[in-house]
Amino acid sequence: MPGADKETELSERIEAFLSELKRCGSGAGSLRGSAETARETTSLLRRITAQARWSNAGDLMEIIRKEGRRMTAGQPSETTVGNMVRRVLKIIREEYARSRGSTEEADQQESLHKLLTSGGSSEDNFRQHFTHLKANVIEAINELLTELEGTTDNISMQALEHIHSNEVIMTIGRSRTVEAFLKDAARKRKFHVIVAECAPFCQGHEMATSLSKEDIETTVIPDAAIFAVMSRVNKVIIGTQTVLANGGLRAVNGTHTLALAAKHHSTPLIVCAPMFKLSPQVSDTPFTRFSEILSKVNAHCPVFDYVPPELITLFISNIGGNAPSYIYRLMSELYHPEDHEL
Amino acid sequence: MADSVGRQVDSINHATGKINRLKLFKRKELTKEEKQRLRKEKKQHKKNKKDDRGPPEKEKEKEKASVPAPSKPATQSPAHKAAPVPVNASASESPVAAEKPAKSKAELRAERRARQDSERASKQGKKEGGQQSTSSKPKATPNELQPVVKRLPDHVQVDDPVALKKLAKKLERQQVRQINIVMLCLLSDCCPLTDDGFIQVFSEITLHIPVTVIHPSIVRLGLQYSQGIIAGSNARSVALLHAFKQVIQDYSTPPNEELSRDLVNKLSPYISFLSQCRPLSASMGNAIKYIKKEISNIPSQCKEEEAKRILQECIDSYINEKIILASEAISKYAIEKISDGDVILVYGCSSLVNHILCEAFEKQRKFRVIVVDSRPRLEGREALRRLVKKGIRCTYVLISALSYILPEVSKVFLGAHALLANGYVMSRVGTSQIALVAKAYNVPVLVCCETYKFCERVQTDSFVSNELDDPDDLIVTRNGKTHLENWQTVKSLGLLNLVYDVTPPDFVDLVITDLGMIPCTSVPVVLRVKNVDQ
Repeated sequence: MPGADKETELSERIEAFLSELKRCGSGAGSLRGSAETARETTSLLRRITAQARWSNAGDLMEIIRKEGRRMTAGQPSETTVGNMVRRVLKIIREEYARSRGSTEEADQQESLHKLLTSGGSSEDNFRQHFTHLKANVIEAINELLTELEGTTDNISMQALEHIHSNEVIMTIGRSRTVEAFLKDAARKRKFHVIVAECAPFCQGHEMATSLSKEDIETTVIPDAAIFAVMSRVNKVIIGTQTVLANGGLRAVNGTHTLALAAKHHSTPLIVCAPMFKLSPQVSDTPFTRFSEILSKVNAHCPVFDYVPPELITLFISNIGGNAPSYIYRLMSELYHPEDHEL
Repeated sequence: MADSVGRQVDSINHATGKINRLKLFKRKELTKEEKQRLRKEKKQHKKNKKDDRGPPEKEKEKEKASVPAPSKPATQSPAHKAAPVPVNASASESPVAAEKPAKSKAELRAERRARQDSERASKQGKKEGGQQSTSSKPKATPNELQPVVKRLPDHVQVDDPVALKKLAKKLERQQVRQINIVMLCLLSDCCPLTDDGFIQVFSEITLHIPVTVIHPSIVRLGLQYSQGIIAGSNARSVALLHAFKQVIQDYSTPPNEELSRDLVNKLSPYISFLSQCRPLSASMGNAIKYIKKEISNIPSQCKEEEAKRILQECIDSYINEKIILASEAISKYAIEKISDGDVILVYGCSSLVNHILCEAFEKQRKFRVIVVDSRPRLEGREALRRLVKKGIRCTYVLISALSYILPEVSKVFLGAHALLANGYVMSRVGTSQIALVAKAYNVPVLVCCETYKFCERVQTDSFVSNELDDPDDLIVTRNGKTHLENWQTVKSLGLLNLVYDVTPPDFVDLVITDLGMIPCTSVPVVLRVKNVDQ
């Protein structure tokens, strides 16, 4: 039966995606950027919407939630997967609401008044069937995909506003967003970049070679020299793995030190992060890998750092620049509060 | 032949703190060879005055005139000095240039001619008085105490080509081979970039040094420094002092020379050589100052054997007091600060901190240690080895994991390379970062430092003056790929490998020294007390 074939094909794809995620996480497979992961997740969700069997919005949301839970369980550190699932859920809600004809603002805004007067969650349980819902949802997901494809360009376009000539810019590790950002600015302006190599994986080296190919003056420094060099730096521009709901960051190892040093020297810290990295989690549990070297010694190798929002000056995302204190608001536009827990 | 009275103005040697002196001496009109020999002897006398002389070219002297340095040597000029000088001159006075021994024949001839002219002129113009120097001579009254304006030693001014030339000349004079320094002028507004623009310092020394000039134990020491075989402030100082003991042992006073003056002059080329191999640390500088003082204090009627014995004893007692006993005293104070159940964080490999921890462990304190390490030197592994051998429970992290591990830590113990006079702590690169993050987490930071490492320099950030290490150490292979392999071919790519950094005093809670536990800002007080003692 064609239906069953489609279903097996779909589940195969989902399985393949999951195993890919697991492999990337353990470091064995090729490291993928988060943009790619986001795009693949969204395409997969579009496929699920197209091919899975569902009759109303509620069913679809259930299916997506289930798959989403599996995917995030496969690789907890890769938060873009969960973010995309939540975006799609929000899209479904919106399309449903639009099909029902209710005004969008009434549903989206959560005023205190509404919280007090309404009786908890909405009585709406998404059981109504609409014929065009599928098409609408798929169209909206396509829009989301286009947005995802354009994020890096949108961020890079803002580069010239923030980088001036003869500035010294500091960054850490390797972020494709920051790389594109700096390369875009380098087309018109001449500046100097210092890259902290970010041991033990030393991704800073790759960043430095790639930047120097575009004729950007680059210098590589070891992590220990971050504070020593900070007195000569005009701006710190970093990428991040996740932006948390309170405006904090979960970023690569060593970023907290960098942020503290920048704060001490009153150097602005700019984070270039596309919107799909915004995640509803708040605080952080450390994510580490343990290894035993000598039998009597414990060695720790944490992968990520938590950076509190007080140390951050500016977020540059594909929708423009924002202060860390505004992040919670952006988040409420992207995700529905009921989807925070998948 | 008329006697001419020459006058020499010795310039200030800021390292030894000598004051301006007028040396008067009579000089007969000698033959050329005799004059050269005399000049060579004068060179010996002046060898311990470091860099304050300009080269003997007249143009440079005229240039220098505009610089208001109080210690400029008198230029050679056909006219007279304006400054009054209590010279008991029977004949007319004529200024004599502070001579650079490495003069060409033409310059010597020119000097002599100039002097003869000046004598003639002075005989005519003797009664005029108040002559004026037509050439520009910046001049201070030479017989007054000049304020000690510290000038930077030339080897620090790597970005100034004039200073580099002076240094090259000085080394040539001392017959020490200079290692080429291609400099990095990163992020500096004032100094120009060299052609390559990047560093290559402290690579292998090629030994074309005449053995007769540099003592073999010094040569060996220099090699050990440059290869990093001897590393660490205390180790370097102790090795230096032992090498000097050997030198003194093998030394024999040449005839017509006094041991106290000649030995000091003999040591100067050695010190230049060592600073070429690797810049001197503050502890080494203080040790050298001490030795020189001891040597010059040897009474002249002392016999050579006796003098040598005295010097050997002095060096031994210095090592004993300032390093060994000091570390005992510091351990005693520090152990009071370690309580049971502590989690202590240390960075890199400091001999003093390791000693303290081992002593505390022997005294049955219960604590565990977190060793923080950093690329490219990875000195923490050595500290880890030593502590684990003792049986102390250790954890090992890289410096990027600092924010992760600090919430567990109760105290931070740091070693120091030097303590600067404005309270900043100069130590291995990364120390300031540790102190910064510890402050953010409200963890007390204790610095352990012996008093012989206190120095009078001041510095506010790690960039104005630092040591640069081999940039190729940063290259590493990960996942089979070495990204920075050909960094030298890429024009816009550079590697910066700093060795030291300075920690501001607000990050440091306590400094434990052999004199007691003091706050960081009390360093100049200790220095003053020490100077009064000496």
